[in-house]
Amino acid sequence: MFEVRVHGRGGQGVVTAAELLSVAAFTEGRHAQAFPSFGSERTGAPVVAYCRIADQEIRTHSPIVAPDAVIIQDATLLGGLPVLDGLSPNGFVLVNSTKDIALDVGDVFVVPATELALELVGRPVPNAALLGGFAAVSGVVSLESVSAAIRERFPAKVAEANVAAATRAFGIVRAEMEERQHA
Amino acid sequence: MLRQIEGSRGVAEAVALCRPEVISAYPISPQTHIVEALSAMVKSGELSPCEYVNVESEFAALSAAIGASAAGARTYTATASQGLLYMVEALYNASGLGLPIVMTVANRAIGAPINIWNDHSDSMSQRDSGWLQLYAETNQEALDLHLQAFRIAEELSTPVMVCMDGFVLTHAFERVDVPAQDQVDAYVPAYEPRQVLDPADPVSMGAMVGPEAFTEVRYLAHMRQLDALTVVPAVAAEFADRFGRTSGGLVRPYRTEDAETVVIALGSVLGTLKDTVDQLRAEGVSVGVVGITTFRPFPYEALRAAVGGAARVVVLERAFSVGTGGIVTADVRTAIPDRPLHTVVAGLGGRPVTEASLRALLLRDDLDPLTFLDLNTDLVERELRRRRESPRSGPTAENLLRDLDRVGES
Amino acid sequence: MPAKTVKFYQTGSFVVGNRLLPIVDRSVQADPDRANSLTCGHRACQGCGEALGARYAIDAAMRATNRQMVAVNATGCLEVFSTPYPETSWQVPWIHSLFGNAPAVATGVAAAMKVKGRGDVRVVAQGGDGGTVDIGFACLSGMFERNDDVLYICYDNQAYMNTGVQRSGATPPAARTATTQAVGPEPGNVFGQGKNVPMIAMAHEIPYVATATVAELRDLEYKVARAMEFRGARYLHVLVPCPLGWGSPAAETIRLARLAKESGLFPVFEAEHGEIVDVSKIRRRVPVEDYLRPQGRYKHLFGESPDTEVIARIQAGADRNIRRFDLLDNSEVS
Repeated sequence: MFEVRVHGRGGQGVVTAAELLSVAAFTEGRHAQAFPSFGSERTGAPVVAYCRIADQEIRTHSPIVAPDAVIIQDATLLGGLPVLDGLSPNGFVLVNSTKDIALDVGDVFVVPATELALELVGRPVPNAALLGGFAAVSGVVSLESVSAAIRERFPAKVAEANVAAATRAFGIVRAEMEERQHA
Repeated sequence: MLRQIEGSRGVAEAVALCRPEVISAYPISPQTHIVEALSAMVKSGELSPCEYVNVESEFAALSAAIGASAAGARTYTATASQGLLYMVEALYNASGLGLPIVMTVANRAIGAPINIWNDHSDSMSQRDSGWLQLYAETNQEALDLHLQAFRIAEELSTPVMVCMDGFVLTHAFERVDVPAQDQVDAYVPAYEPRQVLDPADPVSMGAMVGPEAFTEVRYLAHMRQLDALTVVPAVAAEFADRFGRTSGGLVRPYRTEDAETVVIALGSVLGTLKDTVDQLRAEGVSVGVVGITTFRPFPYEALRAAVGGAARVVVLERAFSVGTGGIVTADVRTAIPDRPLHTVVAGLGGRPVTEASLRALLLRDDLDPLTFLDLNTDLVERELRRRRESPRSGPTAENLLRDLDRVGES
Repeated sequence: MPAKTVKFYQTGSFVVGNRLLPIVDRSVQADPDRANSLTCGHRACQGCGEALGARYAIDAAMRATNRQMVAVNATGCLEVFSTPYPETSWQVPWIHSLFGNAPAVATGVAAAMKVKGRGDVRVVAQGGDGGTVDIGFACLSGMFERNDDVLYICYDNQAYMNTGVQRSGATPPAARTATTQAVGPEPGNVFGQGKNVPMIAMAHEIPYVATATVAELRDLEYKVARAMEFRGARYLHVLVPCPLGWGSPAAETIRLARLAKESGLFPVFEAEHGEIVDVSKIRRRVPVEDYLRPQGRYKHLFGESPDTEVIARIQAGADRNIRRFDLLDNSEVS
């Protein structure tokens, strides 16, 4: 089972990110479960969402305590909240940021998701780009599946713009991965 | 058809497949997505003919359902927590009148203190209301139980509440198999009311009944519920035949063969329990699980059979009776009077029940009759000390919330 | 009521009957083939205004709807005396659910009829003042707000009579009830409280609102029939004296209802979509004392030293109604 935790703020599409990830896994014929850490609706407040992906039925519904990956949609959360708690030693972190970030745990990859979203979608919602980056690092879902999930959720024009952001992010992260391999 | 959708969406689609004629709706977290989805389906014409009424309170929601059901319409509503309590007068009225209303309860804690997260205190508080109570373990079962509920309700002329864990199931995206309309039509036939308001054949419903006959009317309601012990399994068996999967029924044992310890529980926590049991079994610990799917009527015989010869029985509850202890435990004790029972109150107000905690719990051999799982005794002690020190100790909830910041600084 | 001025008098009262009129112009009760919706044998008190009002109203509704009608009843006197176990005196489809939910139950019945393509079946909800003004108020307002196709009839005897005459939101000032006793510096119900539900109904801008009394039963029948000409939420508020609760002789029920109107204390009018369209003028104005004196619930205002101040305040209330609703026809000498 692969477990992901997504952190961000209300309004950034954190919950949607987890849901799209689960739909992407579904399109590949796998079992997936996505759910938010629930609370009253409030823009700007910290939000957590979870996604589990597995090849057999996922029975538990308890929160993810030892994620294999953490996606940070808002880097300002890194300062104050325990967003990296429980990350497994071989896990990775994907951060929405324009600058390099050094963290104590895991492999860290950076995606300028907000910038990509602004450029390609016209709104600062970083989730699609981060999912593209996630596909690149984890290999758990393919970029095609992520794109299919996006297309299923959004109307055509918006969907294509988000798919473009995801694709660009995918490329950025793959390039970074290759660089590290040769380093 | 397999779909990756939110639990609430699955329930809405299941309800729509049953062709309800009147839906009354009042929003309360965490049921909102269900009634919103149904509203969209009615508005677009996808669910038609159906009258969708936006009412002004939960009391009105169930009251409107009572009127519609009495007039011969298949009727549905949904609620949770405070909303369920607000409609309690109507709950008893609906069951007393024998109206086959189906209602989803998205299980949520009852305040004070106000809490929007999942536990079973809402539906448990209404276990005596005369409604049948079914508890879903998964989103698939939540979907399936609604189909079964309309069948059961209409066959027995008794209302049914389908309980599903709020947020945990309602707001989880999962793979579910949504049946086709023709499959559902074959399984859930048109509603044939036992009694109906009809100008062509006038009857009076809801007359006063005095001491001369009240007992008999109530006894008949009791008998009707007991009939469910036969009807529920039959409906579930037919469901398995038609739809090809197990859903519903009275109880569901898991790895109870030769189990020394059996854990009894309801709802989504069963999933986590099964994972825990698999791990423990792999380590040689003899433990099994029995899920109770039908809580009212209480399936005494089926439960006793499922528990088998287990020496130790743990009842994991997501609610409790203040001042006494377990609620489910009391019924379990009637079924199994000859063995020690250990109540574990867990997951109140949405506190997660983790595999780690369950594991530690089940590895203990010194369980008390009543345990509050993962109780923060430090927090409790602080408040008790505060109360001893001053008569004006302030609201407990606020005190504890402030303390949560401080705990850890000693 | 549309003008057809035919004046008939029988000795000592304004009650009218006329065998020369065609059946359709007579009271529904004159029709031997009437529905007889609330048939005899119920357990109402002698002189019960509500039994009288309900009988006339529901038979009128049955005629107006071609007998395609369902009645929804709140808990209260009417429900209790009409369905004493093991009998029912209702000959129409009838449901009693709870005290506070008759409007909501009626909403549900109407929705069911609509979805089944039986829009010809009309829904009448009925309750006393307690079930309408107080405990059923939220449901009533909700039904009005949605403009559900329900006619709600409130039989107002101005207190919770069935449980022993306790004060309701419809109890008038100075009236004695079991919870507003005639003791202390302000005996009876206090001034400055109370809800005017007909006006609140008008504020919801529903298609039809009307008030009536059991002194003018033809008028009551007319208003029920008129209400049935509309679709959507309709409200009828009927004053029904209660001999037990008001402390009045059983034979005085109709006369007291008339005096309530003629004193100005109970305005009789019709409104459509929030605006008054017709007012039933006072025929022979009387001072409020004429209305209050025969009632035991106002006894503490009279006697050796009458409470002239309170009576004056009540009179001021009547004067205000007369002014506000234009209840006097200035061409008639009062």
